[in-house]
Amino acid sequence: MNTIKQRWFCLSLGLLLLVACAAPTPPPARPRTLRVMVYDSFSVSESVIKAFETQHNATVQFLKAGDTGTMLNQAILSQENPQADVIYGIDNTFLSRALEAGILQPLAARPAGLANVPPELQLDPSLRLIPVDYGDVCLNYDKAYFAEHQLPVPQDLRDLVRPEYKGLLVVENPAASSPGLAFLMATVDRFTEEHYPDFWQDLLANDVRVVDGWDTAYYNEFSGGSGSQGTRPLVVSYATSPAAEVYFSEGALTEPPTGAITAPGTCFRQVEFTGILTGTPVADLAEAFIAFLLSDTFQADIPLQMWVFPASQTAPLPPVFQQYAVVAQEPVQLAPDVIAANRDRWLREWTEAVLR
Amino acid sequence: MSSRTEPEGSQEEKRHTQSVTPRQTSNIKHQTPITFHGSRLTAHTSRLTFYALLLPALLFLLVFYFYPLAAIFRASLGAGIAPAALAERLATSGTLRLLGFTVGQALASTALTLLVGLPGAYLFARYDFPGKALLNALTTVPFVLPTVVVATAFTALIGPRSPLNTLLMSALGLERPPLDFRYTLGAILLAHVFYNTTLVLRLVGSFWANLDPRLEEAARTLGAPPWQVFWRVTLPLLRPALSAAALLVFIFCFTSFGVILILGGPRFATLEVAIYRQTVQFADLPLAAALALIQILGTLGLTLIYARLQVRLSRPLELRPAESTRHRPHRPGELTFVIASLTLVLGCLGLPLLTLAARSLEGGARFYTALAENPRGSIFYVPPLAALGNSLRFAAGTTGLALALGLPAALALQRERRGWLVDALFMLPLGTSAVTLGLGYLIALGRPPLNLRGTPLLIICAHTLVALPFVVRSLLPALQAIRPALREAAATLGAPPFRVFVAVDLPIIWRALAVGAIFAFTVSMGEFGATSMIARPELPTLPIAIYRFLSLPGALNYGQALAMSTLLMAVCAAGFIAIERLRPPGTQAF
Repeated sequence: MNTIKQRWFCLSLGLLLLVACAAPTPPPARPRTLRVMVYDSFSVSESVIKAFETQHNATVQFLKAGDTGTMLNQAILSQENPQADVIYGIDNTFLSRALEAGILQPLAARPAGLANVPPELQLDPSLRLIPVDYGDVCLNYDKAYFAEHQLPVPQDLRDLVRPEYKGLLVVENPAASSPGLAFLMATVDRFTEEHYPDFWQDLLANDVRVVDGWDTAYYNEFSGGSGSQGTRPLVVSYATSPAAEVYFSEGALTEPPTGAITAPGTCFRQVEFTGILTGTPVADLAEAFIAFLLSDTFQADIPLQMWVFPASQTAPLPPVFQQYAVVAQEPVQLAPDVIAANRDRWLREWTEAVLR
Repeated sequence: MSSRTEPEGSQEEKRHTQSVTPRQTSNIKHQTPITFHGSRLTAHTSRLTFYALLLPALLFLLVFYFYPLAAIFRASLGAGIAPAALAERLATSGTLRLLGFTVGQALASTALTLLVGLPGAYLFARYDFPGKALLNALTTVPFVLPTVVVATAFTALIGPRSPLNTLLMSALGLERPPLDFRYTLGAILLAHVFYNTTLVLRLVGSFWANLDPRLEEAARTLGAPPWQVFWRVTLPLLRPALSAAALLVFIFCFTSFGVILILGGPRFATLEVAIYRQTVQFADLPLAAALALIQILGTLGLTLIYARLQVRLSRPLELRPAESTRHRPHRPGELTFVIASLTLVLGCLGLPLLTLAARSLEGGARFYTALAENPRGSIFYVPPLAALGNSLRFAAGTTGLALALGLPAALALQRERRGWLVDALFMLPLGTSAVTLGLGYLIALGRPPLNLRGTPLLIICAHTLVALPFVVRSLLPALQAIRPALREAAATLGAPPFRVFVAVDLPIIWRALAVGAIFAFTVSMGEFGATSMIARPELPTLPIAIYRFLSLPGALNYGQALAMSTLLMAVCAAGFIAIERLRPPGTQAF
């Protein structure tokens, strides 16, 4: 009995000493958690996030918060008690609303990666919203239909009201869908504030179909995509959609069945931003994450994950993008404050002109 | 109110003073109610039991419904907006027209759904035929399917490339398809029938199965023509279950969102759609809150009227075991009816489902095998089995919680005269805009004292909120139809309250309990809106995985969405059959 007790005593003493000796060298710090709020269709490679986590001894936790509008609402409503440290995906149509709501804090320093981002994408000089990617909303057409009917592909939005394109176009409701809103803004820019409702009236007379979301438009109305079961050969989609058609055919297609119309003034450029939510307890980590988002590691991962273009010009593009994805020539880019000031009115006027 | 809660003493008394046959006890009840309602102590314990049974469900509503709702209304309306200004804006923004359309389409949809569902309910209640269990399970599958996916099936069946159009085009040499039924009020009504017929089939069917067919036979023997028998005997007997089903269908169509947007197109809008647009597109939270309030008050008013009526409609019935009321069709008339109603049910519900399954196989098995791959190494990739596991875990949790809260609540409500006031409260979540409540959850339940953000419990609670009304609605008509004489007989024979419940109530309500469980399971399996707002991306459910595929172009994405949907259909059908087969050991099928 005694010997056992003694042995225990020695052992505990030894352990205590060991602990005492070990104490001065700090144990490896537990990883800090970074919460990132993203919209539903956000995606990223696991290995890319791992790289950031190892480098910064952090755990990145994503919160998906609905579509862009819903996500922004959530961030605004919970600003007293922010649910995340970083928000990803506010686009140029929501930029002013986000800035005015005061949910974002400026970065302490200009991230180095911003030097590789074209200046026309940098829409917030206060460094609260940093551009990370962009995509062009363009008309897509069904190549087979236009070839079969020997019809020229429209090269101007005004062409769409001509009789030979009657009943061929499907668009999304701008009050419910972000490509829909982008297309509406392209028409506002092309036909001016004063005359764009007339254009829509003409489009209506030319039997345009309006549906609620991109998926319905593309899969149930458009005739061109693989798997599409519609009859209309023109749809409002993205400039990268033809590339995605090839990629997701898994080798079955070497040429996309669809094409994107990228003529000047027919596309609208959506720029997506990221920023630090006010009140984060890990501002330095958040800032490091935003720098990482602008690095080539993350930027090169964007195309195949989200089917948009990286904001950084130094990021390499995957082969399917190099071969099939196009960038719009002279896309429409309205200033965010113009959008913020008029967006509700445009939506109201559009609803009045098209849905009534 | 019933004898179940009476203290032992009074039962002893009865046993000595009265004879114990059930029939006589019931007569005595009507003649001398004093025996059963007399003592103040009895009333007191009864009241205590009432509150004890109801308390968990009420607490749940308070924490997971009223608290988040109050939080979002305070956040939306708190910024000093004058009620008068808001009323003015409501008046000028076409709210009346919106309300008119919302109520109108809901009424029409409910009527149509009842029309399609009633023959089917009779079919399932009274006839046996091969493949019945599977067909019964399939009729509930639409309830879990995402609207985008259903729109795909509808496009194939009634869209421009439908078989009928192809036929007409080749026969008449037409360049364009002559028929397109989509984006019309008709398409909305059809989709509502597709989604909600199961409510009539199950709620009315399970009730009908226990009705004594001898009542109808007696009327027929007395010379009444069939329609008169139906109108004057069957319909009045069915009314409690029928009105419960009609109420649920109406509220579902009243708050319809996806069907209106996707199958109706942007020209149509319900209150729910307007609330979503005001919240998300216009960030007009005060107006959205006002509209949400109108929708909640509409639901409340309707439910109060219903619940008040229900008290009068329900009466104890002489119930028969379902086995003894159903048979195989023999006479030519019966066979014709069975075939006709089977065709109706299969045409409305089966055909779209079949179309989806067929389309998912267009790439061979490739769309299914692709589900198990993650070629782009996405951090959000979820293997199909994992998504299925998440869905099933949430659904099991929801079913368990909804039954645990709903059964005691229904027991309390059926025995309390003023229960209908409380009953109406349970329906409110169904009439509340998902986006409003979702935002309420985020601001109220994502911070102390109750920080549940991102926990699976929060998802289960959100689903249970929607599932609870189904459990209560399916149980109440069954409970109220039980003759008090049966319970009294059991009690008189010395059974303590719990034993009375197990021996008398449980076998009779088992079918209704299974229906409640099935709908709780279904609600959870199919829920998308709330889950997408509050779930952690690492725990996606099947509907969330389906939507992820549908957000990208390309054959593979579309095919995988359909494959995932077919998987969802198969798992749900299997789940429904399993729930129906479950029976506590020792109880007889009733």
